[in-house]
Amino acid sequence: MLTYTIKRIGLAVLILFLVMLAMYAMVFVVPGDPAAVALGPRATPALKAELITRMGLDQPLYAQVWNFFRNAATGDLGFDVWSKRPVLSMILEVFPNTLILGAVALGVALVLGVSLGCLSVIWRGSLIDRVLAILSVSMISVPSFVIAIYGLLIFSVWLGWLPAIGAGEKGDLGSQARAVILPAFAVGISWVGYLARLVRASMLEVMGANHIRTARAFGLPEGRIVARYALRIAIIPTIAILAVGFGSILSSAVFVETVFSRPGIGSLITQAVAKRNYPLVMGTVLFMTAFYLVVVTAADLLIARLDPRVRDVYRS
Amino acid sequence: MSTVAEINPRRRTALAALRRDPMGLLGAILVAGFVTMAIFAPLLAPYDPIKIDVAHKFAPADFAHWAGTDQLGRDILSRIIWGARTALGIALTATGLAGVIGLLLGLVAGYGPRWLDGILVLLFDSVSSLPMVMFALAVITVLGPGTSTLLLVIIIISIPGYARLIRAQTLTLQQADFIQAERTIGASPARIILRHLLPNVVGPLVIVLSMDVPVVIMLEAGLSYLNLGVRPPTPSWGNILYDGYTSLRQAPGMVIAAGLPLVLATLGFTFLGEGLRDALDPKLQLRVPK
Repeated sequence: MLTYTIKRIGLAVLILFLVMLAMYAMVFVVPGDPAAVALGPRATPALKAELITRMGLDQPLYAQVWNFFRNAATGDLGFDVWSKRPVLSMILEVFPNTLILGAVALGVALVLGVSLGCLSVIWRGSLIDRVLAILSVSMISVPSFVIAIYGLLIFSVWLGWLPAIGAGEKGDLGSQARAVILPAFAVGISWVGYLARLVRASMLEVMGANHIRTARAFGLPEGRIVARYALRIAIIPTIAILAVGFGSILSSAVFVETVFSRPGIGSLITQAVAKRNYPLVMGTVLFMTAFYLVVVTAADLLIARLDPRVRDVYRS
Repeated sequence: MSTVAEINPRRRTALAALRRDPMGLLGAILVAGFVTMAIFAPLLAPYDPIKIDVAHKFAPADFAHWAGTDQLGRDILSRIIWGARTALGIALTATGLAGVIGLLLGLVAGYGPRWLDGILVLLFDSVSSLPMVMFALAVITVLGPGTSTLLLVIIIISIPGYARLIRAQTLTLQQADFIQAERTIGASPARIILRHLLPNVVGPLVIVLSMDVPVVIMLEAGLSYLNLGVRPPTPSWGNILYDGYTSLRQAPGMVIAAGLPLVLATLGFTFLGEGLRDALDPKLQLRVPK
């Protein structure tokens, strides 16, 4: 387990290093100098010179690369081109909103996805099973931002049940909860379909096992067999996949946050990209990549702890 | 000519299987519809998709404009029809190129020297451990938004998945008896790769590619919606959706009309891809959405 842990964490650190290197290299591939591009046509020579000094672009390349890594390691992701605020504090300010959105979306996906998966196992082969299968595929493939906009039109504009924009009043849990419902559904819906499928498939595999046959021989009702005995085993691959799911949820969040003008990582980075605000974009991408790597690595370690077969793959 | 003989019976079973699978058939019909729309856009579109006519802005749907007009008086139906060309053009180009590059890299990783395999796998892992949209946004910041940036981003993101699939298939096949036999009788690596590995790995790749088309359509529309993909006035389902979003309260019909082709196209391609997979290679793993 120790060897596996060290190797897995080492791999994550190596990947993060490569990503940072690639990101830094990218700035130098651009035609024209980054300071001019970030400032746009309004740039005066004085403004440009100031930004170049602030971004450290006047130093030799090796010093720039070294500073970039040293600063990033201490949590200094540079400063916003326009407001001159530290990038990290701008990220941390809105990150909880995105985290809440992601968590609620995952919750929705887990509850609905597992229930739908169980239902189709209980009624496997029936019309309900087939309808649920089609429904699952449809939920996986329809883009989240289309769901978000349709939801906004129906529930906010026409029915007026839910707020159309924002993340709710600060300190008012009720309004925050109301504001998260539509975005969370839009973000989570593809995972409802995906989990329903996954649970169904792994459950059907388990249903042939000896202990299930024994339970059936004892005359237990089908619903109870599914809920009490099959689900327990079938849920393991589902949990394994949820960590990876977080990456896709972050991607959908970028679009959905923009639709609902909800403060968060997604709205922060889209506005920064439109203004070509390098430090803010690179800092946010780096932060989210690091966060995602931590989640995925932690999940891998957890799975390896639960399932010794995974560890052995790395031993060879 | 042996390849033709090999492929034909397979194709016949695929068609037969699609006929037995109503959802796959529905997918095929939808895809055929959108492909027709994309190819014959100039003939099918009733108006010029970028012609501005402010006097008739926000016209409701009627017989002159079946889906109404937008904030600049452009005919929405014509923009949607031309948008099919944008969406399918980008999706097919990107998945096609990424598929070819992934195929080559996968063969190199699977068949080439071990040290090269190690480096390639590390690169694939690095790219696929980036949250997809975050990576796209970083590249767009550097290169500026536009169709070519969009293509580049989608290709880079997609390559690792295809290369990994091909690599795994190549590694497994190398242990197969018929490859071992070829090697014993002294066949050259080129012969083994071209005559034996390639025909066997292309099938699964095509299925995975077809299942990725809706993902690319989604990504193109999403980035164009954020105004970071296809630049206006070129019609894209994404920027039509954005125009509708900005005038949601005045003309809700616009959003509905622009969302429908996206829903139908992604569903169509997904159903078709699933149908093809079930018919040709049911064991192929469904990829995790990223």
